Amino acid sequence: MSEKLRLSFSVNGERAEALVDSYKTLLEVLREDLQLTGTKHGCELGECGACAVLLDGEPVLSCLTLAAESEGRQVLTVEGLVENGRLHPLQEEFADRGAAQCGYCTPGILVTAKALLDREPRPTSERIREALAGNLCRCTGYHQIIEAVEAAALTPRSPERRGGGAPRQLIERRPDPKKGAES
Amino acid sequence: MTHRIIGHPRRRVDGRAKVTGQTRFADDIVLPRMLHGKLLRSPHPHARIVHIDTSKAEAWPGVHLVLTGKALPIPYGILPVSHDEHALCPDIVRFVGDPVAAVIAQDEATAADALNGITVEYEPLRTFASPEDSLAHPEPRIHDYGDEGNIHKAVSLQFGDVEEALAGADRVFDDVFFFEGNTHLPLEQHACVAQKDPDGKLVLYSATQTPHYVHRALAKALDMPAAHIRVIATPNGGGFGGKSDPFNHEIVAAKAALMLDRPVKICLTREEVFYCHRGRHPVLMRFRTGVTNDGRITGMDLRTLLDGGAYGSYGVASTFYTGALQTVTYNIPRYHFRGCRVFTNKPPCGPKRGHGTPQARFGQEVQLDKIAHALAIDPADLRLNIVAPPDSLTANYLRVGTIGLRECITRVVERSGWRASHGKRPYGHGFGLACSSYLSGAGLPINWNDLPHSSVQLKLDRSGGVTAFCGATEIGQGSDDVLVACIAEVLGIAPFDIRAVTGDTDLTPVDLGSYSSRVTLMMGNAAIQAAERARELIATAVSDRLQIPKDQIVFADRRVFDTADPAKGMSFQEAVCVAEAKFGLIGTTGSYTPPKSAARFKGGGVGPSPTYSYTAAVVETFVDPDTGWITVPRVWIAHDIGQAINPTLARGQVEGSVYMGIGEALMEEQVFRRLPARLSNALVHKFPSILEYKSPTSLDMPEIFTDLIEHPDPAGPFGAKEVGQGPLLPIMPAVANAVFDAVGVRIDEVPITPDKILRALAAKASGKPARVGPDSFPDVPWPEPLLVTPPWEGGDGRAKNPGGPTGRHVDAGVEAKAGLRAMKS
Repeated sequence: MSEKLRLSFSVNGERAEALVDSYKTLLEVLREDLQLTGTKHGCELGECGACAVLLDGEPVLSCLTLAAESEGRQVLTVEGLVENGRLHPLQEEFADRGAAQCGYCTPGILVTAKALLDREPRPTSERIREALAGNLCRCTGYHQIIEAVEAAALTPRSPERRGGGAPRQLIERRPDPKKGAES
Repeated sequence: MTHRIIGHPRRRVDGRAKVTGQTRFADDIVLPRMLHGKLLRSPHPHARIVHIDTSKAEAWPGVHLVLTGKALPIPYGILPVSHDEHALCPDIVRFVGDPVAAVIAQDEATAADALNGITVEYEPLRTFASPEDSLAHPEPRIHDYGDEGNIHKAVSLQFGDVEEALAGADRVFDDVFFFEGNTHLPLEQHACVAQKDPDGKLVLYSATQTPHYVHRALAKALDMPAAHIRVIATPNGGGFGGKSDPFNHEIVAAKAALMLDRPVKICLTREEVFYCHRGRHPVLMRFRTGVTNDGRITGMDLRTLLDGGAYGSYGVASTFYTGALQTVTYNIPRYHFRGCRVFTNKPPCGPKRGHGTPQARFGQEVQLDKIAHALAIDPADLRLNIVAPPDSLTANYLRVGTIGLRECITRVVERSGWRASHGKRPYGHGFGLACSSYLSGAGLPINWNDLPHSSVQLKLDRSGGVTAFCGATEIGQGSDDVLVACIAEVLGIAPFDIRAVTGDTDLTPVDLGSYSSRVTLMMGNAAIQAAERARELIATAVSDRLQIPKDQIVFADRRVFDTADPAKGMSFQEAVCVAEAKFGLIGTTGSYTPPKSAARFKGGGVGPSPTYSYTAAVVETFVDPDTGWITVPRVWIAHDIGQAINPTLARGQVEGSVYMGIGEALMEEQVFRRLPARLSNALVHKFPSILEYKSPTSLDMPEIFTDLIEHPDPAGPFGAKEVGQGPLLPIMPAVANAVFDAVGVRIDEVPITPDKILRALAAKASGKPARVGPDSFPDVPWPEPLLVTPPWEGGDGRAKNPGGPTGRHVDAGVEAKAGLRAMKS
């Protein structure tokens, strides 16, 4: 067997250590050694963008990144987007606007979009399309994704904004008893 | 009727799981002591296996098991008439990628390495690379079944005297088209995990659209009682039809898990997914259509030739589908359809979004554009004048319900500014229009029987929570959301109050699966029935308790109350308790079986549906005559959906269909090449990788203007029709028609690429026909036609020669018998 590598890095703001085969990619270490299966793989050849994670804030394809390259660095995966039990505005908008259909490309797109918004808080639609051009989605046709990123960019980033992240599936309109008989 | 949930944009019930990375796909499942499997695949397109030596692999450190075809001798397949696959090929390999052996090892890398320890001696056989090749050479046969030689299936259905109708036409248009094959390319590669549960029964988690059919296939291939097998469909990371067959790796993983009594995972690589395929059949087609000078169709004669690849898959159904739906959009009084599917040594083709219908829809809609041009009629007006009548039978005995096609055409014509644009823009700028229709679920099941196609079971809890059990499979389209929305609407609670348990053959009643756009209509109707039965019990109990007349009781906003005095009532939770106290546990079921088809002839089983969706699209193009480069800046699309259950998701299905249609129109193709002679000359996939299988990115997408046309159809749940497949269909022909409008050349095949544009422009410049596309349709040994008189000529849906033509085709009983066998298995 190959030589083991002792890896020490930060994952989603927490210190992580792992003893892994030295040939392993960051994708494999995240999924197999740290059980962070939110990050997906669609090709393992750097072609689809499903495995994107942020390394020191920059999007990288974790399937083409050796785990060793992340030593001492900060990795952010989709699991790290939730803060204090609240969904990130990107997550809220993706869920509300149909930006996730099968959801397989979603984690990679979310972190890529986060990197964009961290750098450019109000990107144009064209900039969003450019930033996400390396992330393939076979379900949506991209428009609802782009709209969700635009909407997230307009969301104030205060922690109170969502009332504790309560589910938004509740019936929004109050019933009108007069109309009740029709239902 | 006012709905509180249906028709309102809403976060899907599984939305949070998807955006937090918590949706658990098959490859995310890790079980203690789990082993990993890899399949050894054939490097030959067609060969006999002479000998397999697995001894080195068996001795490989870390290897637990090596399997060959000997361990899995029982064939299986999705259709009862074509059980022609083995989990591991026992004697013949039929395409590059056909699996011959499997290694189960401690980890994936070891399993992959140990494949090198297997030696297979092959005796190459003649390779069949094209349908023409397979037609010309009946020997050696790729399979020892099928209609003859390497013809898998040839059919001929004639509805009225078409030659007479063509002779009586003012003009007859005769055109040949080709639709190249392409593949689903779901982002999730197929994966499964099998385990023997503590009781000794088999459990398979798999990324499948059809757990019910995988359940049946496992029972057959493993020769064990279906009752001892549990198939759990994990949420699919995209399907599009590509995960609708039972697959080799599922059966291998199951067999290995049973033998080793340890969990076994097999996850395919992207290259292997290209070999699984089951995608769009390449189809050559010839349309002879008679029209009057004012653009009415007198009759249509359609021939299709399908390149089926190496196995049956859904191919018999695909063949019929290339000719089934021409008549549901436009009034075609007489119709002759001949379809032929041949085997070739390529990965098997099957159902991709639109299943068999997009190819012929492309030809039909491009030909209509040619007809309109020749007759100097606006293409929109030509179509508006021939829209099929609602609530009628077609020439081939399909019963259509509501038809929103006229409104769809009108809408896209208005919104796109068609009247001021088509034929009126400068050279290089064009507008094209096309229409389509699709099933809202197949009227007949794959295994012919009288059982419901979908069932839903509800359990109402004292907490006020409701659990809905249904075999339907979430492949991203939102089937779980439709399920809970229908129930929530009936019971007056919120979708989030309902837990959906789906796609589990142990826990959930059968739903046939996520294919043929059947889930919303069939599962939705079953869900409504189950929910209405629960509502009836609760209303009775509440009426009793509060002394309210039952017909005044309303369910809304998580309350059950008196419509005459809304303050008089109780919470839904209390109402459930009141009902449970009166009747015992409130558990109800609902089922859906489609209405019987009007078609009584053999072959009439493909095409019937409870209702059909309709779509119209206008595509705008810019074509650069110097480079041939095609840009699509805008698409207007209107879809007759009956009633959107959740408009957010419905819009996503329409836009996703436009996206996939743009890919098929402009770039996607599953094509093959020969390796150099100094290697093996083998027929291999040209580029089994995502990088080179081109698909549109966010930068390639046009602006899309979507209209949902909502006139509830009585057959659908709350009036809903399908939306997942139909909107794909008009895109490819609309692009072709827009290219013609831009630069005056016809590209009679897809994909429409810059090199074809330049070739067509060069041909035009040198005075040759301004087109690129196939010139001829080969000779096919068609069977004698089954003669069915159209309804308006006194027909009753039966064939005049029901014993069938005198030729090869008297096998109606065979199909039925095979169906019964499969049912019993």
